[in-house]
Amino acid sequence: MAEIVSLREAVAGLIHDGDQVAMEGFTHLIPSAAGHEVARQGRRDLTLVRMTPDLIYDQLIGIGAAKKLIFSWGGNPGVGSLHRLREAVEGDWPHRLEIEEHSHADLANAYVAGAANLPFAVMRGYIGSDLPKVNPLLKTITCPFTGEVLAAVPSLRPDVTVIHAQKADRRGNVLLWGIIGVQKEAALAAKRTIVTVEEIVDSLDAPPNACILPHWALSAVCVEPGGAFPSYAQGYYDRDNRFYPAWDKIARNRDTFLAWMKRHVLDTQNFAEFRRVLAETAAAKEG
Amino acid sequence: MTDFTTNEMMTVAAARRLQNGAVCFVGIGLPSTAANLARLTHAPDVVLIYESGPIGAKPQVLPLSIGDGDLALNADTVVATPEIFRYWLQGGRINVGFLGAAQIDRFANLNTTVIGPYDRPKTRLPGAGGAPEIAGSAGEILIILRQSRRAFVDQLDFITTVGFLDGGDARERAGLKTKGPVAVITDLGILEPDPVTRELTVTHIHRGVTREQLVAATGWPLKFADNVVETEPPTETELVALRDLNARTAAAHGQDQGSE
Repeated sequence: MAEIVSLREAVAGLIHDGDQVAMEGFTHLIPSAAGHEVARQGRRDLTLVRMTPDLIYDQLIGIGAAKKLIFSWGGNPGVGSLHRLREAVEGDWPHRLEIEEHSHADLANAYVAGAANLPFAVMRGYIGSDLPKVNPLLKTITCPFTGEVLAAVPSLRPDVTVIHAQKADRRGNVLLWGIIGVQKEAALAAKRTIVTVEEIVDSLDAPPNACILPHWALSAVCVEPGGAFPSYAQGYYDRDNRFYPAWDKIARNRDTFLAWMKRHVLDTQNFAEFRRVLAETAAAKEG
Repeated sequence: MTDFTTNEMMTVAAARRLQNGAVCFVGIGLPSTAANLARLTHAPDVVLIYESGPIGAKPQVLPLSIGDGDLALNADTVVATPEIFRYWLQGGRINVGFLGAAQIDRFANLNTTVIGPYDRPKTRLPGAGGAPEIAGSAGEILIILRQSRRAFVDQLDFITTVGFLDGGDARERAGLKTKGPVAVITDLGILEPDPVTRELTVTHIHRGVTREQLVAATGWPLKFADNVVETEPPTETELVALRDLNARTAAAHGQDQGSE
């Protein structure tokens, strides 16, 4: 049953050291505010799961919050590398990061299987790819009806899934739309689910078949206006395309990265204050 | 119009390979530029599908990321990512997969994972994304990337995405029923798999490019087809459409285009 609580309370109560945490989003509705709050509260030894790790995972990996990353494409969308992820993999900094690598089709199927309470997913995939040579979890299974050999991959059952959505009603029913990626499947596959929303409204006014996550299937709903920045929330605000190349510069260097994280994330109280500090540093740069 | 860049030639040549009415699974970056140019020129009824969920995407400007809002707003429908991979790709409804890559070998296998050993890579690349299953399930594959010795290598450190493995009928023997790569379009020319050996062979050379340039930009002893032809240069219509698209994109994003 979802409680409408502050993000600080939700992260403190629902995300623990050592948890497997999936903060999902497919360049839309990235749960950035929640990612920052996890960093701020100093969580450690997390296994981070995401199809498309981007800036928030670069940040968590760079400050040493993660011991393992399960993923299928890790980059700065539209820009290039995630430098903190790369340095963790290429140079063990700030420590060795365990990598468990999949394809998009695999992880999408793995969330579906998790949501369906199945132990594994079946798909046609990986034929001719070297990925099964480096990930022993990628196996095959023979169809008992046709004899076809198919790829079998373990389902994903995160301890906690965190997503961002457009809005919730006062009971905590959540509505999201636009590019919704794997969010519904990731939410239903998890033991606990936190959703941050742009706003709380009296009525969702959604048509039948809209993507609604009922309040009783969620753990916490938190109001975080602008909480997907620098990603976007369709119908609310656009993607801040300038932030992504700016992040490339910040994350390239360890010290620049750590100083940025301290000033903007670790030393701020919440995402609203982060946005204020970011606006100040941007204005200082332009002035 | 006679002046054009090698990148323009590459994009135009790639766009021409996409037939009107085809259903195309589009990678972000160069494939997305070429696929949208096709849609804006000779293939108005091409159906563009992006792995984030849009089906029948008609972006006004080139997306910077695979999940840009513009892709959703102008699409016929937007479905969840699992549905894209399960019903539409694995379901056999995609005619053409349009891919880019960091590295390619002579049998059109692709690497987007690592340079160097997997456990201690010299360069960690972003990874597979949707490519391994696109390469297996789409009816055929088009590949677009710039030609250089760093990209066209003799031996891949990692096969992320299957082409023809070690050539001949290796792809079929591995159990794949789709055609696989049918053309690799670069800034220097077009390579197509030999019908028997499946080795990538130069079939088209872009205007102003020499055979020596192609050889110098390839990390294996490059073969040329018996009847290599010059790629038809871009028409004025194609160039105007491409430049307008790039100008609209730059105005909207402050930069040209994205990678996945």
